[in-house]
Amino acid sequence: MEKILVGLKRVVDYNVRVRVRNDGTGVETDGVKMSINPFDEIALEEALRIRDRGEASEVIVLSIGSVDAQQQLRTGLAMGADRAILVEADPGLDALSIARTFKTIVDRDGIDLVLLGKQAIDNDNSQTAQMLAAMWDRPQATFASQIATEAGKATVTREVDAGLETVEIDLPAVISVDLRLNEPRYVKLPDIMKAKKKPLEQLAFADLGIEAGPAIKVLAVEPPAERARGVMVNDVAGLVAALKEKGLV
Amino acid sequence: MSKILVIAEHDGSALNSSTAKTVACAATIDGATIDVLVLASEAGSVAAEAAQIDSVARVLTVEHADNDKAIAAVLAPQIAELADGYTHVFGPSSTFGKDLMPRVAALLGVNPVSDIMSVENSHTFKRPIYAGNAVARVEAPAGSQVVATVRLASFSAAPGGNTAEIVSTRVNAARPSHTRFLKLQSAASDRPDLQTASRVVAGGRALASEENFEMVYKLADKLGAGVGASRAAVDAGYVPNELQVGQTGKIIAPDLYIAIGISGAIQHLTGIKDAGTIVAINKDEEAPIFEVADIGLVADLFSAVPELTKALD
Ligand SMILES: Cc1cc2nc3c(=O)[nH]c(=O)nc-3n(C[C@H](O)[C@H](O)[C@H](O)COP(=O)(O)OP(=O)(O)OC[C@H]3O[C@@H](n4cnc5c(N)ncnc54)[C@H](O)[C@@H]3O)c2cc1C
Ligand SMILES: Nc1ncnc2c1ncn2[C@@H]1O[C@H](COP(=O)(O)O)[C@@H](O)[C@H]1O
Repeated sequence: MEKILVGLKRVVDYNVRVRVRNDGTGVETDGVKMSINPFDEIALEEALRIRDRGEASEVIVLSIGSVDAQQQLRTGLAMGADRAILVEADPGLDALSIARTFKTIVDRDGIDLVLLGKQAIDNDNSQTAQMLAAMWDRPQATFASQIATEAGKATVTREVDAGLETVEIDLPAVISVDLRLNEPRYVKLPDIMKAKKKPLEQLAFADLGIEAGPAIKVLAVEPPAERARGVMVNDVAGLVAALKEKGLV
Repeated sequence: MSKILVIAEHDGSALNSSTAKTVACAATIDGATIDVLVLASEAGSVAAEAAQIDSVARVLTVEHADNDKAIAAVLAPQIAELADGYTHVFGPSSTFGKDLMPRVAALLGVNPVSDIMSVENSHTFKRPIYAGNAVARVEAPAGSQVVATVRLASFSAAPGGNTAEIVSTRVNAARPSHTRFLKLQSAASDRPDLQTASRVVAGGRALASEENFEMVYKLADKLGAGVGASRAAVDAGYVPNELQVGQTGKIIAPDLYIAIGISGAIQHLTGIKDAGTIVAINKDEEAPIFEVADIGLVADLFSAVPELTKALD
């Protein structure tokens, strides 16, 4: 296989306790730490390992969104990606348009394998891989916890509700990755310096000739229902009594 | 008038309870007519079960050997073909539905709605974002088909007792062979299913080994409960992946959830927000799990759990 394309979405860091804005327009992002979507780091790590085993020649990272996503692409380059593409677009771009953007790059660059996260931890959609695979009319293997590639094929173990499912897919294909696939590497300082010299191509969504939407409109964002604070018991006897009182044992 | 197609989830012989929950969500849309679609190699027993679900008008079946395993690339084109004339196509937000429904949506040229937790009207829904730390009210474009998954913890299964008509159907959609099922590894267990159990006992990293996890199983068996785990416990190999509860595991809503040696990271808590009563046993009084627990006990689990199991004799 020649080329692997990896999606890197810029999202609020998973350690941040997100707060809903008082005006209900979204969550607070001002001054909040932004990172690569954790699943996407795993997708990139897997792509790098496949390349470094000699089973692919190039790893390309793609981010669609604000120009600030350059930071995440640079981190991806520092991890070891060969080149990066930023498609500048409204960060709230709809999922169909995101998938169509991936499809445009897949066609333009002749991609053999697309590795995406199983979900973006901001919108929790879990849609892009499946939609891209449909548009491309190619196989999808979602929620991957193990991937083995060989000539023209991949064997993928998927984390499903019933356990672990293994499928075989023909390439080209789209795979979305789960957390247990690998441990992403840490970037080292010299890699960050080297990454500055790697190519980062900038495109505008508006120039790709993709019709956006029809989007799902977000009318309002609200805080979730709070759970009332409960009681503390002193010992196991107290716990049993409290359970009995609620009629649970 | 809404005409809703619900995609049945099943294992080839039995209907998954996610289907009746998805129907329950569909039924909250005013004036909805609901059909259930069973794609299978042999649909008989599954269709018969689906026909009993309240509010279902018809059960459509498409039988073909290629429908034996749920392969999204095979099922999606058939669903897209049959979706003609329906205003909505709903599936469960299980790994089955999450895998399948966006593929259907893309074929129909619409943006899917993931994880509906409540319905405001035929095109307006609430769904969780940011691991459940925020709730978005979203609106699909007026007049467009709605393809969505239903957050199972938000709906109780629609009751049975119905006798809907079962209609065998044919489709022309191509069934690609580029995706092949090889195997499913499942740790068989007689315990109640984690996703439907009314009581769940879950263990975290603090259990420290597969052997120690026996303690969790013992307590669960005493309570007739299902068993769950934190990601850390799964990652460490104490239990299989299908026991994981949380953002990337299962979202559950048991009447009773007992968290043992689990710190209560937001990604874990998102999986148990709808539980009736949350009990936490943790030796650290500062653990975030206590912020959501209805009953909290600060104690060393290695003494507290055996003591509790014994006390329930
Ligand atoms: C994108 C993403 C998705 C994730 N999805 C999930 C998910 O779906 N589900 C999930 O669970 N996690 C998920 N996580 C991981 C999550 O952030 C936490 O790392 C994980 O939940 C921690 O598991 P834990 O509580 O078992 O371990 P820890 O956080 O290590 O907590 C162990 C707890 O045990 C207590 N303890 C230790 N010894 C004892 C003792 N002897 N007696 C009593 N208490 C004791 C400690 O005080 C501590 O509170 C996700 C993370 C990311 C980044
Ligand atoms: N704006 C984006 N830029 C780059 N990759 C994206 C973007 N949106 C989604 N993806 C990829 O698609 C995966 C699933 O996202 P989602 O379908 O939004 O949950 C992510 O983990 C990314 O790999």
